[in-house]
Amino acid sequence: MVLYGVAALALCMLVGMLVGEVLGVVVGVEANVGGVGFAMIMLVLVTDKLRRMGKFPPASEQGVMFWSAMYIPIVIAMASTQNVVEALAGGPMAILAGLGALAAGAALVPVLARVGEKAEPLPPLTEAEKQEV
Amino acid sequence: MDLLVSVFERNDLLVAFVVIGGLMMVSGWLSKTLTRGRLQGSAIAIMLGLVLAYWGGSVTGGEAGMADIAIFSGLGLMGGAMLRDFAIVSTAYGVDLQEIKRAGLAGALSIILGVLVSFAVGAAVAAAFGYTDPESMATIGSGAATYIVGPVTGTAVGASSDVIALSVAAGLVKAVVVMVGTPLIAPFIGLNNPKSAMAYGGLMGTTSGVAGGLAATDKRLVPYGAMTATFYTGMGCLLGPSVLYVALRAIAG
Repeated sequence: MVLYGVAALALCMLVGMLVGEVLGVVVGVEANVGGVGFAMIMLVLVTDKLRRMGKFPPASEQGVMFWSAMYIPIVIAMASTQNVVEALAGGPMAILAGLGALAAGAALVPVLARVGEKAEPLPPLTEAEKQEV
Repeated sequence: MDLLVSVFERNDLLVAFVVIGGLMMVSGWLSKTLTRGRLQGSAIAIMLGLVLAYWGGSVTGGEAGMADIAIFSGLGLMGGAMLRDFAIVSTAYGVDLQEIKRAGLAGALSIILGVLVSFAVGAAVAAAFGYTDPESMATIGSGAATYIVGPVTGTAVGASSDVIALSVAAGLVKAVVVMVGTPLIAPFIGLNNPKSAMAYGGLMGTTSGVAGGLAATDKRLVPYGAMTATFYTGMGCLLGPSVLYVALRAIAG
């Protein structure tokens, strides 16, 4: 059943969020620490195990794949609800601080990519995949 | 007219689906005709979304962009934190955990480095604009990490409310420029594999920025970037008002 996939996904997220909240309280910060990350790892482990046991049929899989396909539309909706007015109202200082943080962080990506094993680029997207917004 | 508005308001999430669907169609067409596919449709859609957010925000004076216009309020639910995180988690389905383990060290380092670098850049910019007291520098530096860390640090160190507002603005700018800038800088920084995506997520840390930026670059990178970005705000809230503020006071105070 499709819903089993959705339910498994929702359960992973709820548990991950709870772990993130608890971790935040433990280290004493007012934020969720890594909730989404824990949920992702849990989803990978749980679905892998279920699949091996033959308990995660293609129908359940579709419940997860639907939300994965909805990711880009959801992100576009998110973009359309950002507080862009207030961001620009901060004036040149806020804009410089934001741009500077992006530039400095981006410059460090090639440096960090050298830590540990070398990584191979993903195969390029096909034309069909590119058009699939 | 009233009838139409009331139907739209009662079914706001469905209106959001239609609006975003239309926006994606226009973006796909623009991508094909104007850029010959060089700039992905999703990148254009995100930029158009931000333009609409500016328009919605300036028309209503609200904080949630287009979602402050009653008939488009469904965009707030569709693009809100709950469904956004739900969709982010779902992208992890089928991810190879080996890949994450292999990039683990670089990913962990990136979170600490990311908070440090953003804080330093933000504090330096603050000082350049005349905010030379350590409280203001720490608050604006934290805002350059994310717009959540800014107010947390500001409240903890007792910064003035206008400085806290500036730190939120800095964080919002960062989220927006990461969304728009990621696809443009990706080829120059080797952002084309899971490992560099994990480093990128940790260095940037803004969940919305990374989620939007990687979606516009290559959707396959999303789970890796999101994985590290999700630890960033917590790390920022931990370091900002404590170690970083104390270090700053020792240097600038």
